[in-house]
Amino acid sequence: MKKLEYDVVILGGGAAGMGAVRGALSQKVSVLLIEREASTGGVLNQCIHNGFGVQVFKRELTGPEYHEMYLEKLEGFDAMYETTVLDIDSENGILKAISTDGVYEIKYGALVLATGARERPFEALRIPGSRPSGIFTAGLAQHFVNLENHLPGRKAVIIGSGDIGLIMARRLTLEGVEIEGVYEIMPYQGGLTRNVVQCLKDFNIPLYLSTSVVRVHGRERLKGITVAKFANGKPVDGTERFINCDTLIASVGLISENDLVEKNIEISSDGGAVVDDLMRTNVDNIFAAGNNICIHDLVDFVTVEGEMAGRNAARVAKNEKMAKRIGIFKKGKGIRIISVHYTTASDPFKMYVRVDHPMNVCTLRMNDTNLKTVLNAKPSEMIELTFDPSKHNLKGNLVLSATEVKR
Amino acid sequence: MKIAVIGAGIVGSLIARKFTRYKVDVEIFEKLPDVGWGVTKANSGILHAGYDDEPNTLRAKYCSRGNEMYTALSEELNFEIKRTGSLVVAFNDEETKIVEELLKRGKTNGVKELRILSKFEALEIEPNLSREVVSALYSPNAGVIAPWEVAQAAVENALNNGAKLHLSTEVKSISKEGEKYKLNTSKGFFSFDAVVNAAGLWADELAESAGVKVTPIHPRRGQYILLDQPNAVRTVIFPTPSRAGKGILVLPTVHNTTLLGPTSEDLPPNEKEATDTTAEYLAKIVEKAKKLVPLVNLSKTIRTFAGLRPENDIKDFVIKRENNMIHIVATRSPGLTAAPAIAEDIVEEIVEKFDLQKRDNFNPVRKAIPKIADMGDEEKEKLISQNPSYGRVICRCNKVTEGEIVEAIKNGARTLDGIKFRTAAMFGRCQGSFCTVKIMNIMKRELGKDFEDITKNLPNSNVVDGVVR
Repeated sequence: MKKLEYDVVILGGGAAGMGAVRGALSQKVSVLLIEREASTGGVLNQCIHNGFGVQVFKRELTGPEYHEMYLEKLEGFDAMYETTVLDIDSENGILKAISTDGVYEIKYGALVLATGARERPFEALRIPGSRPSGIFTAGLAQHFVNLENHLPGRKAVIIGSGDIGLIMARRLTLEGVEIEGVYEIMPYQGGLTRNVVQCLKDFNIPLYLSTSVVRVHGRERLKGITVAKFANGKPVDGTERFINCDTLIASVGLISENDLVEKNIEISSDGGAVVDDLMRTNVDNIFAAGNNICIHDLVDFVTVEGEMAGRNAARVAKNEKMAKRIGIFKKGKGIRIISVHYTTASDPFKMYVRVDHPMNVCTLRMNDTNLKTVLNAKPSEMIELTFDPSKHNLKGNLVLSATEVKR
Repeated sequence: MKIAVIGAGIVGSLIARKFTRYKVDVEIFEKLPDVGWGVTKANSGILHAGYDDEPNTLRAKYCSRGNEMYTALSEELNFEIKRTGSLVVAFNDEETKIVEELLKRGKTNGVKELRILSKFEALEIEPNLSREVVSALYSPNAGVIAPWEVAQAAVENALNNGAKLHLSTEVKSISKEGEKYKLNTSKGFFSFDAVVNAAGLWADELAESAGVKVTPIHPRRGQYILLDQPNAVRTVIFPTPSRAGKGILVLPTVHNTTLLGPTSEDLPPNEKEATDTTAEYLAKIVEKAKKLVPLVNLSKTIRTFAGLRPENDIKDFVIKRENNMIHIVATRSPGLTAAPAIAEDIVEEIVEKFDLQKRDNFNPVRKAIPKIADMGDEEKEKLISQNPSYGRVICRCNKVTEGEIVEAIKNGARTLDGIKFRTAAMFGRCQGSFCTVKIMNIMKRELGKDFEDITKNLPNSNVVDGVVR
């Protein structure tokens, strides 16, 4: 078994992990990046559409461009590719990993978890019917088309209106696949408005709200699906419609990938790693950033979080004294997701929240203090908040709420 | 001397393997593209203790003996058994009486180590069991296996010992031609001296084609929900049985997941491929499972599936002999548990009849695919240094490496499900959304197949359809 030691070890080389590398390098410490795939970039590599980098690079880039341009900023770190971490011993600060070179035992001063997310597979929805081929998550379909040059099928429906599903509706249309429609079980869209406009409306692809699949047909390859209208989460009798298709693409949510660390750190009820404003978990030398704390809309936010996690991890590795957690954020009325769960009394910081239903005009409050008024708030669009600990009483719970302003 | 075994399910594969101990030519015919893909693939995978079967039935005769035989079998064939034990849970006095009946019946059937537990004893063995439990019948000998793995292992071992396997070859009928039997198959005619019909759901129709009358089979559908909830339960938990059957269970699997099911839906005899799941019954599974184990968490669903069990009106196995043909019909529950014992008797019968001699060079051992996830550091290090592809993790959910996938292909996997059911890659919580492409690239390299020609399981279950440009 080979033994290694680094000040900062970063798990995952996607946007958050690359950000963490940069943040840690700024503190002049030794940095090791561990990545399962053969290169950095994560899911950016298969996202050949544009829309990345508006905040970080002040221009619109494709995923691979964003990856390449960010990678140019990184120099002086070690990396292990095609390496999988199997176990973390957070008490002793040691992890075990394997690659084609064998088993590694790696000691870390501080660890950054940048493991991203996985897609919820269609199978997890427990939709009745058969189990044929021709059913893909949107990311898997994207992988086949963009990286392997293969089409998933000829006539597809898209279940769920998450961003990757919307992107794939356009991508497949451009490659000659007929998209019969996009079906969303909720009464509102799951992805960004700009994606609904640019990927569906511009291509005349219908989006059916409050409608979803209730049965799968076909024994070998998919032969079709039955869809129905939904009310209160249940299919409405008599609204069923059969759709002939050979491909179903599911864009039904992302799940923060924390399986490796469930036993080591606090995980929220949403499945995300619980962090404070320093991106620190409940273990002092373990940090987390990106989609494994909560699902983000924009890669730019993920990069910024990663940089902060890397920088603070390096400070811990150098034995700098870090601020203690003081305030606890709680999700109040109207809030589905918060990116940060605790605050120290340090500098103002950015956090991200999602509301739990669409609101025309919505006021975000921290206890009784107004923080921000947002027009057209939707669960699909993250709201960026700046929180200044010096302006709030940090004792007790800091309850974040979103209420609709009645006109 | 040539013997045909029809059906590469658990019964047929164990029979075929047993025959390869003797100086006889064995050929296995399987309709599907892989072994163990019929009834064997989609059942609860339980080694029953044997208290449930009415005395003087073939079920009672073979169940507890089969259960005992599995231990030695697993040592030779290297498949995993978890001896989890089982509980039959009573929630009131009436059910307690039924549970006491089961204890008596178990003793009559010669089942060892059965005992009734108090509420507190039951909760000690199974802490997540409903607090409503009043008493429970405990059997430490019950266990779980991955049934398809046993069929794979037995067939691999049979092939190593000289048997021949015809996959994707449907036997349509059997006819007598002089002293021999002629099999009319989807790939032409074959002639044999003796025939064992272990064709699962189709065993009755095949017997009929040979002019042998047997009690007809109808499929009994069992739907399941598989959860990514490791260690939710330690034992196989049954409700108190009713006339409808053993009921809906909560049980651990060899893959460290939790299985809920099965339903028991009697379907018409012609619906032998009706493996669809239905909303009504999936909801029923959830309701019944939560009654047994309130903490089952449906948000951890990996997938649902359904299998068909061969049922008949007499609720027992039928073994029918005519000259040199043996038809094994309706190996319904506990057919999986009974299979090794049935195989032993059937083979011995034919061995005696034909005075078959043992071969000198029979090797009973089948090596399993090495599993990196189950190894200690030194063992991992050693294997990776011998073959670095065991250090490249392909399936991140179940930590399956490239070496394991290549080995599965060497063992006969030709489809994505062939790899899934040999390695547990794509079996986990992401259901292959990360590793499918990697596995297809390994198949492409190892088998020289284009992506277009790679299927999920059945012939027309292609994954992709053409290139982008």
